[in-house]
Amino acid sequence: MSAYLRAMAAILGREALRFVTQRERFLAALVRPLVWLLVFAAGFRAALGLSITPPYQTYITYEVYIVPGLIAMIQLFNAMQSALSLVYDREMGSMRLLLTAPLPRWWLLFSKLLAGVFVSILQVYAFLAIAWIYGITFPPMGYVMALPALLASGLMLGAVGLFLASTIRQLENFAGVMNFVIFPVFFLSTALYPLWRMAESSRLLRDICAWNPFTHAVEVIRFALYLRLNIEALGWVTLTFALFLALALWGFDPARGIMNRKAH
Amino acid sequence: MMMIRTAFSALALTLATPALAQEVWISNERDNTISIIDVPSMEVVETIKVGARPRGLMFSHDHKVAYLCASDDSTIQVIDVETREILHNLPSGENPETFALHPDNRHIWISNEDDNITSVLDVEQRVIVAQIPVGVEPEGKAINRAGTIAITTSETTNMAHWIDTETFEIFHNSLVGSRPRHAEFTSDDKRLFVSAEIGGGLHVFDTETREELAEIRFEIPDVHPHDVQPVGFKLTEDMRRVYVALGPANRVAVVDAQTYEVLGYHMVGRRVWHMAMSEDETKLFTTNGVSGDVTIIDLVRDEPVKTVKVGRFPWGAAYRPADS
Repeated sequence: MSAYLRAMAAILGREALRFVTQRERFLAALVRPLVWLLVFAAGFRAALGLSITPPYQTYITYEVYIVPGLIAMIQLFNAMQSALSLVYDREMGSMRLLLTAPLPRWWLLFSKLLAGVFVSILQVYAFLAIAWIYGITFPPMGYVMALPALLASGLMLGAVGLFLASTIRQLENFAGVMNFVIFPVFFLSTALYPLWRMAESSRLLRDICAWNPFTHAVEVIRFALYLRLNIEALGWVTLTFALFLALALWGFDPARGIMNRKAH
Repeated sequence: MMMIRTAFSALALTLATPALAQEVWISNERDNTISIIDVPSMEVVETIKVGARPRGLMFSHDHKVAYLCASDDSTIQVIDVETREILHNLPSGENPETFALHPDNRHIWISNEDDNITSVLDVEQRVIVAQIPVGVEPEGKAINRAGTIAITTSETTNMAHWIDTETFEIFHNSLVGSRPRHAEFTSDDKRLFVSAEIGGGLHVFDTETREELAEIRFEIPDVHPHDVQPVGFKLTEDMRRVYVALGPANRVAVVDAQTYEVLGYHMVGRRVWHMAMSEDETKLFTTNGVSGDVTIIDLVRDEPVKTVKVGRFPWGAAYRPADS
């Protein structure tokens, strides 16, 4: 068992080291949601209109609404960044080294996944601190309750990233993935607008948003910040996590996956 | 033996009439109903059918009955607080909109919007004892604690009329901003506040000299100045704060009632109109006309905590403390 933990600690340590040394990455991760919050949301303050949807019990400003979506965006970008580093690792050969460790493949990949999630959680709390200074606050216990929610959403998004990493052959293809994954996933969710707002413009859009797992990740975080558990959303998040982790493990299987394909 | 019997009947009486919790009553202008909000649970617990176009709403000073302006029925309805039944209708003059109860708990001063008149009603005799011609479209009503001065604001004349409650005569007129809607005295009777909906300010007068002390103005980022329309407001007993409903700005302003500085704004529902405050001054209930709901603001935490759906176009609000 200690070998398992030692491996996990090593992977986490490597990711933490990468996080500390790459200050630009940390700043970039913060700047992106802050621009959305301070520029985009400020412009939309009056335009969103008013309606109360759970977990909110009263009227809120658009800035307050958008924060959980931006948190999930931080995790989404982080997951993609981790996936990118996996592709890079594979190109450089360190991935092969990692996967040849005398431990189950799933454990190594899960450790890698968890390391990414921890980094994303650090980024999220830094973002929440800035939002707090800006005047957007949540119930004090909401910050604590958000932690397990962030873990769940981070794992789900990380698993998606892991799966993508298992299917991408070369680093150059990753930009395409960013365009084809991040933007549709983010915009077709409840990150920026509530479902009722989507339904006003198109029923189809609303349904796509309702099915999008990213929506459920956003809602798990949103509810947790207000000390509430959204079981349905958590169920979908867990299911998506399990599905994509399984697909990623399959993808990284040398017998069938990309490792095999790349060898040809 | 007699004592025991008395004690038993007292106990039986107590059990038969359970104590009422704190409540806030809301008049719904378009639904012809009153929504009753239970304060501890912050939920609507009952809806009562009332007369046509209910607007002004208040309790008697002993909180045993509620008075309601049923404007389109041109009457004031008296509602039993315990049974929720309409006991009887009182004469009010044409189209009563708002009113104020004299400290004697007997005389109600009424604004008759269409007739440009202030009527004085004796609730015991059930007769109008005086009618005083005032400016065009009278609306806001206030009586000082001493019971000596009654104020009527007239929407179109843009004035606050000062009326002697003994002689029923106007002894002074104060010009205020366009469309004055509501008036209130401070608890020491030394100052009078008057809101001007279109003028966009809250005017403060010295009751002794009747000189204007200040005009409080409101500026909300991202809200067009035309939408900042002060209507209902509430002063705290310690005279440190005044909370002002800003109509289509969908905000309630928190104002320092001593320095007249605006301290902040709370977001509430659409077209916030009037409000009620709990007796301990920890909660504020605002009627949001267009969104058809009531926002409850926790004044200790200094934030809105809940918005509850009521009927269509909630207008007036009145607070009733729990039975002791």
